[in-house]
Amino acid sequence: MRRLMKALKGLWSLAVGLRITAVELIKPQITVHYPRKEVDNLATYRGHIELVPQDEDPGTPRCIMCWRCVDICPSRCITLRMHVQGEETGRAADPGLRLSPDVQVPYSQHLAPPPDRIVRVLDGYRLNYSLCSLCGLCVQSCPVDAIRFTGNAYLVGTTRQTFDIDLLARLQQRAASTAAARGAARAA
Amino acid sequence: MIAQLTAWLMHPLGHMIAALAAIMAFVGVNGLVLVYMERKVAGFIQRRPGPYEVGPQGLLQPVADAGKLISKQLATPEGADRLMFWAAPILSMAPVVICFLPIPFSPLLTGMDVNLGLLLILAFSGLNSLALCLAGWGSNNKYSLLGAARAVAQAVAYEIPLLLSVLAVAFQTGSLNLSVIAQEQTRGLLSWNVFTHPLAFFIFFVASVAETNRSPFDLPEAESELTAGFHTEYSGMGFGLFFLAEYSYMVIVCAVATALFLGGWDGPVLPGIWWFLAKVFGLIFVMMWFRWTFPRVRFDQLLNICWKWLIPLGLLNLVVTALMIKLVR
Repeated sequence: MRRLMKALKGLWSLAVGLRITAVELIKPQITVHYPRKEVDNLATYRGHIELVPQDEDPGTPRCIMCWRCVDICPSRCITLRMHVQGEETGRAADPGLRLSPDVQVPYSQHLAPPPDRIVRVLDGYRLNYSLCSLCGLCVQSCPVDAIRFTGNAYLVGTTRQTFDIDLLARLQQRAASTAAARGAARAA
Repeated sequence: MIAQLTAWLMHPLGHMIAALAAIMAFVGVNGLVLVYMERKVAGFIQRRPGPYEVGPQGLLQPVADAGKLISKQLATPEGADRLMFWAAPILSMAPVVICFLPIPFSPLLTGMDVNLGLLLILAFSGLNSLALCLAGWGSNNKYSLLGAARAVAQAVAYEIPLLLSVLAVAFQTGSLNLSVIAQEQTRGLLSWNVFTHPLAFFIFFVASVAETNRSPFDLPEAESELTAGFHTEYSGMGFGLFFLAEYSYMVIVCAVATALFLGGWDGPVLPGIWWFLAKVFGLIFVMMWFRWTFPRVRFDQLLNICWKWLIPLGLLNLVVTALMIKLVR
């Protein structure tokens, strides 16, 4: 008797399963047919990183060239190039130690006086996206929020070079195109 | 000319040849329809669109699939038994045509009205397990061999409840002719055997799902355990023939279920053939629905269901039916 009840209960569970799939069958689809339609929930999507422009100047990145993103990247996919204004030789690896002009160093009188303010200029900021694991450590470690994820879910390419992205050039290009668009809008 | 043609069709031999040609066309078209239907049902249950891009609503997808299968190379694995390996898919497909002959699509549209039609179908569909056995044995592949062993054990076990449930209906009708059995059920909805033999219908349907190796009883081809079971080594149309045979057997068992239990061509307004096809494809839809609902049973569970439940229940059903017939007459 107990076995019969167990079997009947099992049969009933099969019927319940069938009802669930039948309900799913008549529910509307949730597939988005991509080339004709695009999804609208990309806010939390992690695409490749991009540089955040300064608020007052959309053509210049916020980056202060502290090298933290380059140092922390476990995949070593960020390459940064910069130089200090006045010294026109670009440095690739060592940012160098610079003293504040307020500090007096003994026996330094015969040297040229240090500049009032050290201005660093970003020469290049490249991302090798094919190595990137999208861990987000660079975004987290940036002290000035100069890096963020893009929502670019549709990056496609047939060569490796497509994924070696010059983020600085990308920023400047975007700034130029928005400026042009704004100019066109104003003209209209 | 037309008179000559009808006279030729009335001749038993002409009738049979025409029926065979029609069956072959039906088997081919049916394969395309069921491939499309299966993928659409799977998609809709998982809230996907299923095939969508090839042709309007993906209608040409099965044609593209068939083109792919036909154009692929036929490879024979190393160490395989060539003769057995290539005989298997043909042996699996060939009985299909004969199994379709006695099925009464409508009073007029019956390939061959034989009084042992049911026996013919059951006998020839048994050949399929031999084909699966050959395929597994000839492939020189462990997965194929395991799949073949499972297929044979399963087919042998589930043939018994299938026959027991069919016997109950045959007891009542006193005939093994499918047309006669279907004709008996045309006296209104309540004369359908599914209402007089609900248990037999249940046993028949479960056993026929197992006999056609459909999920949840698809152990011979269990994708997740045996790659593809008995047809692991088959490429191109070798695989295609097994595929086509499986879909054709689905139609056959559903057609037999319709003729035995669901009143055959009985139905209002529309001509009988449409009712018959609607019932058959309704049952096939239920089979597909099963496939995307139930997980695969384990091998011991499979045999337990058969030997501990279906066979005793089938025997009980048979005895009760015999008793009732004795009492009523």
